[in-house]
Amino acid sequence: MWQVTEDDLAPIAIGAGILGTGGGGNPYIGQLRARQAIRKYGPVSVLSPEELPEDAKVVCVGGIGAPTVGIEKIRDIQSYHAMRAIEDYTGERATALISNEIGGSNSVEPLIPAAMAGLPIVDADGMGRAFPEFQMKTFFVYGVPCCPMAIADEKGNSVIIRETITPHWAERLARATTVQMGCVACYAVAPMSAEQVRRTAIPHTLTLARDLGRAVQQAHSDGGDPLEAIMATCAGKVLFNGKVVDLDRRTTAGFARGTVTIDGMDSFTGQRMVIDFQNENLIARRDGEIVCTVPDLICAVATDLGEPITTELMRYGLRITILGFPAPELWTTPEGLATAGPQAFGYETDYIPLKV
Amino acid sequence: MFVGVDVGGTNTDAVLMDGHQLRGAVKVPTTEDVTAGIVNAVSELLNQSSSRQQIQAVMVGTTHFTNALLEKRGLSPTAVIRLSMPATQLLPPLIDCPDEFREAIGDHAYMVRGGNEFDGREISPLDRAGIRDAVKEIRSRGVRAVAVCSVFSPVDPTHEIEAAALIEEIVPDLRVCMSHENGRMGLLERENAATLNACLGETAEATIRGIENALEMLGIRVPLYMSQNDGTLMDTSFASQFPVLTISSGPTNSMRGAAYLSGVTDGIVVDIGGTSTDVGALIKGFPRESSVAVHLAGVRTSFRMPDTVSIALGGGTVIEREPLRIGPESVGYRLSTDAMVFGGPTLTTTDLAVADGRVALGDGRLVEGLDAGLVRQGMAEIQAQAESAVDRVKLSQEDVPVVLVGGGSVLLEDSLAGASRVMRPEHAGVANAIGAAIAQVGGQVERVYALDSGSREGAIADCTAAAIERAEAAGADRASIEVVDIEEVPLTYVPSNATRVRVKAVGNIAPDRLR
Repeated sequence: MWQVTEDDLAPIAIGAGILGTGGGGNPYIGQLRARQAIRKYGPVSVLSPEELPEDAKVVCVGGIGAPTVGIEKIRDIQSYHAMRAIEDYTGERATALISNEIGGSNSVEPLIPAAMAGLPIVDADGMGRAFPEFQMKTFFVYGVPCCPMAIADEKGNSVIIRETITPHWAERLARATTVQMGCVACYAVAPMSAEQVRRTAIPHTLTLARDLGRAVQQAHSDGGDPLEAIMATCAGKVLFNGKVVDLDRRTTAGFARGTVTIDGMDSFTGQRMVIDFQNENLIARRDGEIVCTVPDLICAVATDLGEPITTELMRYGLRITILGFPAPELWTTPEGLATAGPQAFGYETDYIPLKV
Repeated sequence: MFVGVDVGGTNTDAVLMDGHQLRGAVKVPTTEDVTAGIVNAVSELLNQSSSRQQIQAVMVGTTHFTNALLEKRGLSPTAVIRLSMPATQLLPPLIDCPDEFREAIGDHAYMVRGGNEFDGREISPLDRAGIRDAVKEIRSRGVRAVAVCSVFSPVDPTHEIEAAALIEEIVPDLRVCMSHENGRMGLLERENAATLNACLGETAEATIRGIENALEMLGIRVPLYMSQNDGTLMDTSFASQFPVLTISSGPTNSMRGAAYLSGVTDGIVVDIGGTSTDVGALIKGFPRESSVAVHLAGVRTSFRMPDTVSIALGGGTVIEREPLRIGPESVGYRLSTDAMVFGGPTLTTTDLAVADGRVALGDGRLVEGLDAGLVRQGMAEIQAQAESAVDRVKLSQEDVPVVLVGGGSVLLEDSLAGASRVMRPEHAGVANAIGAAIAQVGGQVERVYALDSGSREGAIADCTAAAIERAEAAGADRASIEVVDIEEVPLTYVPSNATRVRVKAVGNIAPDRLR
């Protein structure tokens, strides 16, 4: 067990940004909100899944809506309201919270209801990275029902989605509700048991995010190489290193889709990498050959500082290094790949596991 | 004829422009109070020419307000009233501002009911009683300025306008800044932007009056205009409402002057001074603007600033040998005493350029003994640093024209990687003051439209009308106003086809605003 204090938020933002694989949004407001909650209500305890009591009731919370709206109507304590709504509906009190997505700003969302209610959070999440849609969580892949779930806004409205025929339907109904609520809502899923968390969550990801961020910060302060520090924290592979020479970005159906082209430098001089993204980086090709595919993590970081580069920040001329990390095992089974493999994103290629 | 003045960190430059003709140019040291330097420059310029009576206007790009912010000097006690409740309460106004800034303006933050959703619906009806209570309290606390900020005011500013009118009704002499006139999407950044303008207003008024009085003492009784970040001018009343819009006028003026002198409207400007090099991109004759948040004195805002890359490379940059290292230290204004060619002890980039035969400065014999390999390697490294900065500013791989200005431009070769051609226009040393003198008056408006409730064309027409109105209010001649830029960006993840439209209009100074 450890405690999330104000000092942990900056490293968590860096680490969650790396694990966001290009998506996950701008961490600024999420970090400020978590800071306010901790200042006001105190630090939050973090339990690893093994430390959960057998009778634990673990509520997964997350933000849902449009990041472009969220910079204006800043998300408030909706996740707290959503947690209370699902408690009232199910008649079960939460004893811990869990993040839906460690990649990007959703990583810190559970800190707010946890600080307010004096509950711990679980050191785990439902993705181990970032994904664009609600149903893309290992919880649901391995049989945890996604309903009932509650959606709450900042005004005091809350909606229960009692049951849906597939998790995809839950995503559709939740999104429609969110629009009416003003595009900045939070959801909470009916409590999971300790057994369900241990079986279906990606473990130790908050610690991993914090440690990745600390490694980068440490390298900055002692003049070390931040990329080496990242690789020493999490086993992965340098897929490429070079300069962004082209960016083809378009917004379709609410998603930022496109490709980024990188010309190699140093040991990759003369080679070229093209990465397809759909909010998150999905496929990396080096000189035409696929070298990494979703759900493995394809992470772009600034070559000099090791800080994450999101799809929004990508631009011509940036010196970036592409790191690959193997996906958590829960994603590489047939069930996992059906939800989050290359074919789930419309590619014909099979998943090619990254070897490190 | 127009007088253009640009205040830099080291020098204050002034030029006299007669149409396209440069009639005079001077450089004087910048003074601590800034105004004295402006007066010295203009007075010296007038000594060079006898055309005092023909001057129609004076344009000034100044660092006054940057200094006031950095030094927390003359900031008015300022309150912030956010119209948002029950939304956004976890992050109240001024939440992420540095403590020194909050203390300098007093910690007067309020949140009342009001504000809008992304599609224009009200979050809550405007809480007029709540505003009255807040105003009563801030009046008793000696507050002299108020920033009013409602959620999604770029979509619908009605609540801000109503709140401002109510505040003025209760306390007529309070200075009120509305956020929708001060920034774009991004609540905290826009609110901070309005707060900065509110707290600088009194100082801005006094400073501008000071410059006007000083010019009058020189016998120049003509309208004064201030350069703004986007390369256009604003009149003095507009400038005292929006002083922060002057903060990046230096690099902007230099880029605009470079465009004017070279005839390049789309390309890259490299301005090499004594201690640093600023590189920025020109689009249709104006600097490309940054779309990321910028910090002013530690306060995060969303003002549009020229998107420049600065590197520590200038004519006074110090060279270390074995191993070879260029900068980042610089001898700065001590170049004429410390550099080797001037008999000083320090090896600088200028010494390498003299040794390499690029330029004749000081006593060339003093650098004759430098190792030829060192000179060659050093010059290659300087060139590589500049080329890398140019590359960072580019948005595509295509070669573009590059304009070199500033005293340090002798450091670079006549060809440059990534450049289709390299130009060194005449009078490039005072490009910044020329940029001030040639500027037009502009207006820029950015709003968000929910297209479900109207057409795309209607949205652009509405925004264009607002930009033209704003340019006219800033002093432009209506008949000459042109729309120079329309940008339309759909908001991602928002299903109702909300789109952000930004329009910029510019025109000549209206005849009745000149002498």
